Formats: sequence, structure tokens, C-alpha cells
Amino acid sequence: MSKIIITTGNYSAAYAAKAAKVDVVAAYPITPQTSIIEKISEFIERGEMKAEYIRVESEHSAMAACIGASVAGARAFTATSAHGLTLMHEMLHWASATRAPIVMAVVNRAMGPPWNIWSDHVDSLSQRDTGWMQFYAESNQEIFDTIIQAYRVAEDPEVKMPAMICSDAFILSHTSQPLEVLSEEEVEDFLPPYEPPFDITDVDHPVTHGNIVWPEPRGDASVGYMEFRYLMHQALLNAKRKIKEVTKEFEKKFGRNHGDLIEKYKVDDAEVAIVSMGALAAQAKYVVDLMREEGYRVGAIKLRVFRPFPDEEIREVAKRLKALVVADRNISYGYKGISATEIESALYQLEKRPIILNFIMGIGGRDVKPEDQRKMIEAAFNIIETGQLEKEAEWYGLVR
Amino acid sequence: MTILGLPEEEYVMSGNAACPGCGAILSLRHVLKALGKKTVLVIPACCTAVIQGLYPRSGIGVPVLNMAFEATGAAASGVVAALKARGKKDITVVGWAGDGGTADIGIQALSGAAERKTDFIYICYDNEAYMNTGIQRSGATPYGAITTTTPILGKKEHKKDMPMIMAAHHIPYVATATPGYPKDLYEKVRRAKEMKGEGTRYIHILSPCPPGWRYDSKLTIKMSKLAVETGLWILYEIDHGKFKLSGPSKRFLDPSKRKPVEEYLKLQGRFRGLTDKDIEEIQRWVDENWKNIAKMIETE
Repeated sequence: MSKIIITTGNYSAAYAAKAAKVDVVAAYPITPQTSIIEKISEFIERGEMKAEYIRVESEHSAMAACIGASVAGARAFTATSAHGLTLMHEMLHWASATRAPIVMAVVNRAMGPPWNIWSDHVDSLSQRDTGWMQFYAESNQEIFDTIIQAYRVAEDPEVKMPAMICSDAFILSHTSQPLEVLSEEEVEDFLPPYEPPFDITDVDHPVTHGNIVWPEPRGDASVGYMEFRYLMHQALLNAKRKIKEVTKEFEKKFGRNHGDLIEKYKVDDAEVAIVSMGALAAQAKYVVDLMREEGYRVGAIKLRVFRPFPDEEIREVAKRLKALVVADRNISYGYKGISATEIESALYQLEKRPIILNFIMGIGGRDVKPEDQRKMIEAAFNIIETGQLEKEAEWYGLVR
Repeated sequence: MTILGLPEEEYVMSGNAACPGCGAILSLRHVLKALGKKTVLVIPACCTAVIQGLYPRSGIGVPVLNMAFEATGAAASGVVAALKARGKKDITVVGWAGDGGTADIGIQALSGAAERKTDFIYICYDNEAYMNTGIQRSGATPYGAITTTTPILGKKEHKKDMPMIMAAHHIPYVATATPGYPKDLYEKVRRAKEMKGEGTRYIHILSPCPPGWRYDSKLTIKMSKLAVETGLWILYEIDHGKFKLSGPSKRFLDPSKRKPVEEYLKLQGRFRGLTDKDIEEIQRWVDENWKNIAKMIETE
């Protein structure tokens, strides 16, 4: 039976790993991820969780160990933040190209220097092209539920790709909220034990994984390197469908739906919508409610999944809007917010496109209050009226 | 056991892409004979990553997980953990890496795996440079060797003592070997295999490389033996902390029995730039190494 407790985002991730009955955990500590792996260590040492825990000497090794475990038939889990995640970068590519359905909790933290342990999304968004699915959670319950869902999607024979579940440092990681912890039995019904597509330890049927493939089909090989990469791409496109199916099934079973690729909030009659990721998406809904009371026709869109990118889903909403406020807790230096560029690219093919206002805000954990989001939305309404967009991307709340 | 007693099963298949006279593939052949079928290899970027052959075939008759350059120790840890989680007890996990992947870029993951008592065998086949990328200097390249990144002056530093670094991890077994002595190599791998369940076992194989060392490919065994006979490469094992010189190296504890290092150096093009002073320095280094070995034997 499930039970409701009050706990932090990090413990929610640890409870999810336990509920998913992961076989192998390999992790290295980094603030603010630490309490995830401390809790898992406690579960294991108390005998409440039956997993092998490899206390590796770096995050690079954490991911390499997860890959080794995954190809040897185990369900693997890890967690990290910022510098740990970026140290893993090479192995993130290796994991997805291995088609290893590893699930990782990422607690988003700003990159140094200067040292900063608070939230922004540059660390995970810098891993955009590694082939990993990326989910961004707005609550502790969503962290828990998404880890369970992510294993289902990642291990699906039509997907077989890894997934990271991102959550904001401290705003969720160290903040307590009510959490319904599903029991292992309930979860197992939804997430059956992992069945690997092949097993590197099957010595009676030895396989070599990852040896050289030429650019063109050559010799006995019916495919070249490019075909392997196309299959990965196809797998992530399949994941779009699977994420929708799995979230629907999850809702039917457990009564909760955090959105599938995106979550739409009061957008049906809206003129303006604010797009955000992670914890700010929760606050955006609150701001929408306040402004609606005053008569603003405003809605909110949560980018729940960043890869595979919900291009069709965004187009479908955006074509009815006059303006989109894209609030980016990140920056691609020398250009603009990262989700803004993705959204603009998705909307380019539309005949009638909304105005896009991109705000760079909340970097390195700078507080973004409801009134800040309100000001961003008000700016969009002003522009609709005046028809003048002065700056495509603006750093919100900069001290000058 | 004599050399004729080695198992007839072959796990290194014909059609592999090794260079003629490759010391690495010869070593792997003996290693896999000792390990047998129930073996999983984890291989990082190194010559063997190419030697194994092209997709969809393999020149190696046991499962192979190819891995990133620096990650052998960590990926092997993952395989070992999965086997444990799944209750599979009869499979030996083996990291098989070159000197760059061991002494340089991979030392962190290896050290971590050994410190965690990861139940696997790690074998470094040491051809003394980054041979797969075209003979660049590594931490295991010997003093004076010309490589493509020490192209004129040669390397100015001596070889990193990797087996002793591993011995400092207090693992159950450390051994050195070279394919000129296949029986010695075979027995050491068997010994490491027998210690399954006890933690990390480390074997370091000096592995002559005709194109990298610049010698005629028919001379691989001769190079391997000369390395031992000059005392440049010392065959020993450290079994549960107990140091023991191996048969072929025993008599070279007596300095008068050792051949001058020049006999080994002069046959290899990589040492063509050595001055008399350099040769003296290498001889001094060899004699110094043996003094340390003698001290260890005395302490035993």
C-alpha cells in the first residue's frame, strides 16, 4: 500500500529508486544531490532496498559503471548535479549509444566559477544533444512519479534510451512537500522487472558491443555508423508517443497526471501564455490564477519534456496565442535562452506566429517571485497593444 | 606444466586485425586460454579495440564490452555489480587495457575499482606508448624512447611503475609478465582467476610492438626475452602481499648475470637517438630497480 509522507525532493528521488527496485546504483556525491544518495545508502544498509551500490570515485565512473551494469542486465540508477553531470558528458553519449535505459536524477545547479550551488538549468541543457530524454519536474511528487514513468519509457523495446529527471536545487531538492510513496508492489505492476535486449555476460552467446563500424555499409555489415545514429533518433521520436501512453496509464492507475510532453494550464482562451520548466512552472500557474481574476486572458505551459522536444504540441497551443513569454532559467551565451530558441524553431513553420518574449531569469538561484512572472506577462500584453517588440531576449532583474 | 600443456581452445580467432608480430594479441591468446569461456572482457580505446575486428564480426571468442578510454575500471565495476545483483557467480570480469588507458587516463577508475575491492582481473598490456593513435609518449614509455610526441629528443623521464602503484592498493594479487614466457603468463592469469571473490587482481604485461618500437616483426619473442635478460623488465608476483621473483627473472638478481641494456636497446629504432650517457642512465635505472627488488626480498 502507498503511504503519504512529508519529504524533500531529493528523498522523493531516493524513494522512487527504491520503489523501482533498481538493481545497481553507482553515484558520487555533489551538492545539492547528496541527500539522494545518502538516503539510498541508508535504505541499502538497513536492508530495506536490495541493490548493489558502487561508491565510485567520480561521476564519470558513476555513469560508466551504470552502463556496465545495464549491459549486464541490471536496472541502473544514478544521481548528480552541475559539475558532476558535465564531467559525465562523454559517458552520457556512451550510455545512449549503448542503448542503456539508465535513469538519472539531476538536481539542477549552476556551473562554476564562481562557485554557486543554487539552481539554474545550464548544466542539464548543455547535455541536450547526448541522446538522453530530459524531464523537468515541478514538485516532489512529480520527481517520484516521473522516475517510475521514465523507467517504463526508457526500457520500452521501441525506445531503449536513457532518461534524466531534472529538478531545481533547493527549491525542490531540500524543500519538503507531501509525497505519496507508491509501494514496490504497486510499482511492479506498472513497471515490470527489466528485460535486457541482450546480456554481455551471456557467455554461451558471446557478443561484442561497440566495436568499429564504418561510415558506409562494408563487408558483412548491412549498415554503417549513420544508421545506428538514425535508430537512436527514431527511438527518441518513439519516446514521444510512449511518454504520452505511459503518463495516461499512470494516471489511470494512480490518479495523477503531471502533463505528458507539456502541461497546458488555462491556455484554451488565452491570448498570452508563459512557458517555463521545473519549479517555476508551478509558480506560473499561481500567477495565471491571480491575473485571470483581474481579467487577463493568460495561461501557462510547462515544458515537462525537453528531449524529445514537444514541437507539435507547442505549435498546437501557440498558433492560437498572440504572445508567448518564454522564461528561461538558463542562457546560451552569445544568443538567448535555450528553450526560447527551441520554441522559435518549432514555430517557424506556422503561418501565423505569436510574438515571443524571452526572459533570462533566475540564473544561479536568483529568486523569481510571482510578481516577477507577472511583470513578464504584463510586458507581453503591452507589446500586443503597441505592436512593438524592442528586445527579443531580456535579462530580467539584472542589477546594473 | 609445459608449454605443450596449454589448453588447445582458441579464443583469439583468425581474421583479427593485429599487426604482424603483435605482442598484445599473442598475450591475449595466452590470457584467454587461461581464463576460458566464462569470461567477459571490458576493453577501452586501445589497439585491441581495432584488433578485435569490425562490426558485425569479432576476432575474440568471448563477450566484449567496448568502453571509453578512461573508464575500464568503472565499467567493469558495473558489470561485476550486475552479476552480483543477478546472482551469477561463475563469470570472470576482465579489464584489458593498454598502458595509456591504465597508467595515464584510466588510472583513476582503476584505482577506485581496486580500492573498492571490485572482484575482477585488470590486465594492462604495456606496449610503452599510445600505439593505436600512432606512437605518442605515455607515462609508461621508457627513458630515451623516440615517439611522435618526443620526436627528436626522446622521452626525458623514466617509466611509471604501475605494478607497484597497484601493489600499494594492497590487492590480493599483482604480477608482471611478458609473452616471451607464455607459461609464466598463463600460470599468473590462472592464479588471478583462482582468486575470484577476493577483490581486484592486477597483471602487467610488457608487450613488444614492432611498429612502435621499430624492430623486425619476427623479433617479438626475442625482444620480450631480452627485456627480461637485461633486467629491464622484472617478472614477479605479489601474492597476498608476499613478493616473489618469478622463475625467468630469478637469476638476474645477480647483476653479473644480466645482459647489458645496450643489447636490448640497439635492436630497436625507438632508441636510435640514445647517447652513451643515456645508455648509462638506463643501466643505472635498471640496477637501481634491482636494488629495490633485492631489499624487498631481504625484508620478506
